[in-house]
Amino acid sequence: MFDRRLIQNFDWMLLIITMLLAASGLITLYSAARAGLDITQAFYFKQLMWYGAGFLVMIAFFLVSYKRFDQYAYTAYAICIFLLTAVLIAGKVVAGSKRWLVFGPVSLQPSELAKVAVIIVLSRYYSRTASTEGMRLRDLLVPMALIAVPFALIVKQPDLGTAVMILLIAATLTVFIKIEKRAMIAIVSFGTVAIPLGWMLLKGYQKQRILTFLEPDRDPLGAGYHIIQSKIAIGAGMLSGKGFLKGTQNALSFLPEHQTDFIFSVLAEDWGFIGSAAVLFLFLMLIVWGLNIAHGCRDSFGALLSIGIIAMIGWEVFINIGMVMGLMPVVGIPLPFISYGGSAILSMMMCVGILMNISMRKYIIE
Amino acid sequence: MTKSTPPNSFLKNQTPDNDWYKRRIIVMILFVIPGFAFLLLRLFYLQIFEGDNFRRLSDNNCIRLQSIDPPRGLIFDRNGQLLVDNRPSYDLSIMVKDARPLETSLQHLSQYTRIPLEQLQEEIEKYRNQPSFKPVLLKQDIGRDILAAIEVKRFDLPGTLVDVHLRRLYVKSRSAAHVLGYVGEISSNEMKSAKYAEYKRGDLIGKSGVEKSFENYLKGERGGRQIEVNVTGQLVRVLKTVEAVPGNNVFLSIDQGLQKKAEDLLSDATGAVVAMDPMTGSVLAMASSPSYDPNMFVDGFSYDQWETLRKDPSHPLQNKAIQAEYPPASTYKIITAMAGLEEGVIDEKTPLVCTGAYKFGEREYRCWRKGGHGSLSVGRAIAESCDVFFYQVGLRLGVDRLASYAKAAGFGALTGIQLEQESGGLIPTAAWKKRRLGVAWQAGETLSISIGQGYNLVTPLQLASMISSIANGGTRYTPLMVDKIQNASGETIKKFYPEIRGHLSVSPRNLDIIKKGLWEVVNGKSGTGRIAGIEGIEISGKTGTAQVFSRKNDSENESRRVQELKSHAWFVAYAPSADPKIAVSVLVEHGEHGASAAAPIAREMIRAYLTEK
Repeated sequence: MFDRRLIQNFDWMLLIITMLLAASGLITLYSAARAGLDITQAFYFKQLMWYGAGFLVMIAFFLVSYKRFDQYAYTAYAICIFLLTAVLIAGKVVAGSKRWLVFGPVSLQPSELAKVAVIIVLSRYYSRTASTEGMRLRDLLVPMALIAVPFALIVKQPDLGTAVMILLIAATLTVFIKIEKRAMIAIVSFGTVAIPLGWMLLKGYQKQRILTFLEPDRDPLGAGYHIIQSKIAIGAGMLSGKGFLKGTQNALSFLPEHQTDFIFSVLAEDWGFIGSAAVLFLFLMLIVWGLNIAHGCRDSFGALLSIGIIAMIGWEVFINIGMVMGLMPVVGIPLPFISYGGSAILSMMMCVGILMNISMRKYIIE
Repeated sequence: MTKSTPPNSFLKNQTPDNDWYKRRIIVMILFVIPGFAFLLLRLFYLQIFEGDNFRRLSDNNCIRLQSIDPPRGLIFDRNGQLLVDNRPSYDLSIMVKDARPLETSLQHLSQYTRIPLEQLQEEIEKYRNQPSFKPVLLKQDIGRDILAAIEVKRFDLPGTLVDVHLRRLYVKSRSAAHVLGYVGEISSNEMKSAKYAEYKRGDLIGKSGVEKSFENYLKGERGGRQIEVNVTGQLVRVLKTVEAVPGNNVFLSIDQGLQKKAEDLLSDATGAVVAMDPMTGSVLAMASSPSYDPNMFVDGFSYDQWETLRKDPSHPLQNKAIQAEYPPASTYKIITAMAGLEEGVIDEKTPLVCTGAYKFGEREYRCWRKGGHGSLSVGRAIAESCDVFFYQVGLRLGVDRLASYAKAAGFGALTGIQLEQESGGLIPTAAWKKRRLGVAWQAGETLSISIGQGYNLVTPLQLASMISSIANGGTRYTPLMVDKIQNASGETIKKFYPEIRGHLSVSPRNLDIIKKGLWEVVNGKSGTGRIAGIEGIEISGKTGTAQVFSRKNDSENESRRVQELKSHAWFVAYAPSADPKIAVSVLVEHGEHGASAAAPIAREMIRAYLTEK
């Protein structure tokens, strides 16, 4: 049965914001691909195809009622764990880490999908167990395990950025769950004891790696240099930018990963403060709009699901842009909708589909 | 609408929770907005407040990384004598965009440096397409004279740059060249290997010898500088520096004095000498002749020079001590005697008769002494190297039992020395022949095997290791090439200790019988190695004369081989016989007789080591 109200309630605003972000991403990628002297511009066309696939995924994810996600949460979670395990065994090794599963011409990054699966499965668990009195410590053991498994598998790859992202998403979701005071005290005190203890157990070079991660200047020939080049590219954009495709090639070829993690620097150099602020504003709109959807949703699964998705997008935007401007540790977190990467685009479009789903079904009770 | 809310919802049924949840969303928005404001502020700071500054840096493209190459570790002998050093080399290059008008600049340069103008133009032509801010390398290692000329005429030579690099200097030239090896630019194949994952194009790596095996210790850690340069590429200031960590210094087990002695003794011959401390396995000298000058690999040589070196029939690049395989000849009788005694097919007194030849099947197998040795037991058979005696022992043992003793002595396998491309040699068994050649083992072949001819192949190092084990009472050590490794500040970071790799399968009693025979070789009235005797030092040893066979399958090379049919000469020895301090193995290709060609070399090595200490 198809409900006409679905069309009446379609979330045009969300679609428009998404389209605008996708468009700025593609334009920037075109510039980055050219500046990086990638003769074939393979990045740009591949991304275009991923967006095509992404739109289909988005449609699929808003047509089916999100109540189904509640039903299949654990199945989706299990599949993701399977893929994360598979990537450790049969994944392609790139620069020392195993992150991709290769299927013919397509490579998939299971950790991107795992983030969405963790959001779904936590939303399901919390929506059924949360109570007015607040959750006890032992109620929290299950979600901790649900987070720990993908976290450990992703750390093993190793992909510290994505692993930390899973923790941040889970922590943000937990803000919307009532927790008993005693449980809260236990968690906080455990954390304050465990962190310094864990630090002492680390070996010298591991400590060094974490310190460099927190403070790129400690590695002036690696991360520190990248941040300087990124700041130069952004700053050089000034008020109105150097103009489309005018970013200096040399500066760009100094930028590492300019089509993925450092894409915002390319955008800021081409379009200046005006362009960068506009993109920042679009992201802010998306987040506020998403929170508005969460606010309007009247069942707890849908509400938590939308909060989880917004938390993911929000943290990624904040960390990525903070990183390229030299405010955050250098971590491999892509900028949603803008950075090159098929798996990230698919999971983002999936998330937009879910948000639309929740948004347009807020007046429909099944 | 209220009536049909899902049962699991905490939003609708419990009004206080619903309010609590909605308050949290508002709070969340209140966190998000300042967060974005913070990003916007930073963007404003970078693009508007500091924008001019960054635009300038971007336009001049002036923050660069400059790598600092670490000095490669040095190589010393066991007494701290320097064998491999680094020397400064001055490389001349030109920044084309600063050297306008280019033609005049090049003319001046050619005039001052005496490098032909055409050569300079050719180099510039090669790099036409590279960005103009990158300097073009004109000539490496220009030497101090040209350097001085350039320094004096600086003003006539805009855009001319001189960089200082460290180059490898093999202080002793050809001496120990095979042990030390040489460095060269990493090849594209090597770049692909995981072992060299951290290297980049143009890096120098150890290509052979200790330079290669100890690459990880020698290389050091690259450092670098973040620098700001002006429009002309001149350094304005250094922003950050990470110092390079110098490579570690390697102290070889080689005694350079003894090494030099070995090379002098071999100078006219093709062959190899290995000297070892039999009690530890430390290699005291390892010479391979003819040698080459590793400095050629550093300075670069022409295609012709390379081809000459590569095609030389005496293979100067090959380390004959570990890479060349020869039949062990009569030195192998030590193994046959050991197997015979241990397996009980003979004892110390078992007499066997030599009439100068031994008839087996249709063939006569001759002894080297035409008249024969008469009736003799194992001790004299070793001392006089009687072939017929060992034919009979070999027949009683059979090929496979003999092979098991040879393998216990380390033959047919790598010795495990810390040098690459070592050969393992070959010890045949019946199964090996069936597998490899598809033919069953012939009893007649056992006769050849038992005097070290036939399929048997060993390296000079393997023989040195075997005779060391005899000398020290039966323990086979892994040959040690390196004694210790020190970091640049002189602290020892790794010390190599003797490592047991195996044991001879021999009882002390039988070993004594063999040792007595080896003593007789040099000191007995009719020993084959009497020439090795020195007044005041008791030496034990064994001669060997390896026939160079014409193998059936390369009969087309008949003419060339005729000159090469002279036998190889072997001598293995240790001294002093009662308390061994040095073991030596000597091979002289086509030296004809072990006694005349190889034994004197072993004697002089022993004399040098024991009297000069």
